[in-house]
Amino acid sequence: MTSLHIAVLTGFFLLSSSVSSQGLNSATAKRGRILYEKHCASCHQLDGNGVPRLIPPLTGTDFVSGDKSRLIRILLEGLNERIVVQEEEYYSPMASFKHLTDQQIADVLSYIRASFGPKASVVKAPEVGAQRKKFQ
Amino acid sequence: MRSIVLLAVCFLFTTLISAQTSVTLQLPEGFGAKQVAADWGRVRHIAVNQNGDLYMKLDRLKQGYGIVRLRDKDRDGLYDDTLLFGDYTGTGIALGNGFLYASSNKAVFRYALDKDMDLVDPTKPERIVHGLIDKGQHGSKSITLDNQGYVYVNIGAPSNVCQVKDRMLGSPGMMPCPLLDSAGGIWRFRTDKTDQSYREGMRYATGLRNVVGLDWNPFVNDLFVTVHGRDMLHQHYPEIYDAKLGAEMPAETFYRIPKGADGGWPYVYWDHLQKKKILSPEYGGDGKKQGAPGAIEPLMGFPGHLAPNALLFYRGDRFPKKYREGAFVAFHGSWNRSPEVQEGFYVVFIPLKDGKPVGDWEVFADGFTGKGKVANPRDAMHRPCGLAMGPDGSIYVSDDAKGMVWKIDYKGK
Repeated sequence: MTSLHIAVLTGFFLLSSSVSSQGLNSATAKRGRILYEKHCASCHQLDGNGVPRLIPPLTGTDFVSGDKSRLIRILLEGLNERIVVQEEEYYSPMASFKHLTDQQIADVLSYIRASFGPKASVVKAPEVGAQRKKFQ
Repeated sequence: MRSIVLLAVCFLFTTLISAQTSVTLQLPEGFGAKQVAADWGRVRHIAVNQNGDLYMKLDRLKQGYGIVRLRDKDRDGLYDDTLLFGDYTGTGIALGNGFLYASSNKAVFRYALDKDMDLVDPTKPERIVHGLIDKGQHGSKSITLDNQGYVYVNIGAPSNVCQVKDRMLGSPGMMPCPLLDSAGGIWRFRTDKTDQSYREGMRYATGLRNVVGLDWNPFVNDLFVTVHGRDMLHQHYPEIYDAKLGAEMPAETFYRIPKGADGGWPYVYWDHLQKKKILSPEYGGDGKKQGAPGAIEPLMGFPGHLAPNALLFYRGDRFPKKYREGAFVAFHGSWNRSPEVQEGFYVVFIPLKDGKPVGDWEVFADGFTGKGKVANPRDAMHRPCGLAMGPDGSIYVSDDAKGMVWKIDYKGK
């Protein structure tokens, strides 16, 4: 590998790491990642790509990068309906994660929205609290 | 002329593409595999008729159709004739007594075949069963036939383990499980009556979470099935099951199913390490307490989550003697063994005599994923899903990731 290659690669790495941390501080990212691995990865997979025919990917979908309140409600109430993600139909039920705290839900959603793209803004605990109040 | 060149280029291109997506299967000494169909998408179960016609049931419509018949008209060993029919998706397909049977996730249809094994009218099947539960989860209806005019239909439970709230941490198991009235078992129907539903059928066996592989064993005249075991032991009960145990547990299971049998779901699961029916933690289990004394035990347990999607008894005599009466099982491959690597994605062989295992299972065909370790099932190039035997005694394996079918033949002496 030439030094030019290394320089280009390093530049790319710096660029991508600065993009991924945009709006998401490293403490939140770390907490979010731990929560993701514990509660989400067994179904949605570590890479967020889901399982063919069974579990939708978290990558490249408006469900993740779009309206925050809908995303928060899915975590609070679960989801039990057919949905279409990346032109594929999915119908496995997702359980409610309302036993997590507002901060935990905010952290894991912020992590998901920053990691699986298209990049989207962080979720704050009070936003989760507001949805919890509204629907429970 | 220009169009011919264009066609030739297109042909070359497709050949290159299909060469790229094919894999080399690893088989026991003396066996060889040939890809006989490609790029049909979600090819679930398959059936091969006495004249070599291959029927594939698709879980995603291809050009608007859900069943494909491939025929080798000029008998050169390559399919050269394609017939698409059936406007529904699904999994089950079977041949018997002059009919082709196929299932959607709610119904079973049959198509009459004439003496030349042609479909009398592919647009007008008889609907023999309808109104079966389909809530998405475990919705596929696998089917098999006996030799007495019955069709056996799997109705999977639309649930992981019959909790009040499905798959929710801390939600208790319902007692008794109300889902068992209409799902979580095998139902039996007449093959020659139209529009049967639960009332006309019979709950032949219960306590089976989701049977995807099933076959009638002609050597002992009984139904045998492979069951997908439950999920979430580690995720919901990490204090009992660490990540490694949760990946391994519970067993995927292979049962002989006498009429009226109960497999014990959701109250127990099969622990293939302790060789016991262990009480589900949602019903008060702790990983050690046993339960469901009246439930039958499986003939064999496999590591957890491998997803046994097809079962085929070897009725032929082309393969070496040890295969006769034994069973092949196609494993679709796991998705919930993470953080462990995913496993399965192969076809195994179980040696049997008189319907009883006479040795341990062994991997028969491997290499479908096209790579060593698979972290996410989406990375597997192919996933075995269906099995069938041809008239010459070779076997066929389907793949529902890219829609391939391989013919596996014995060439050794």
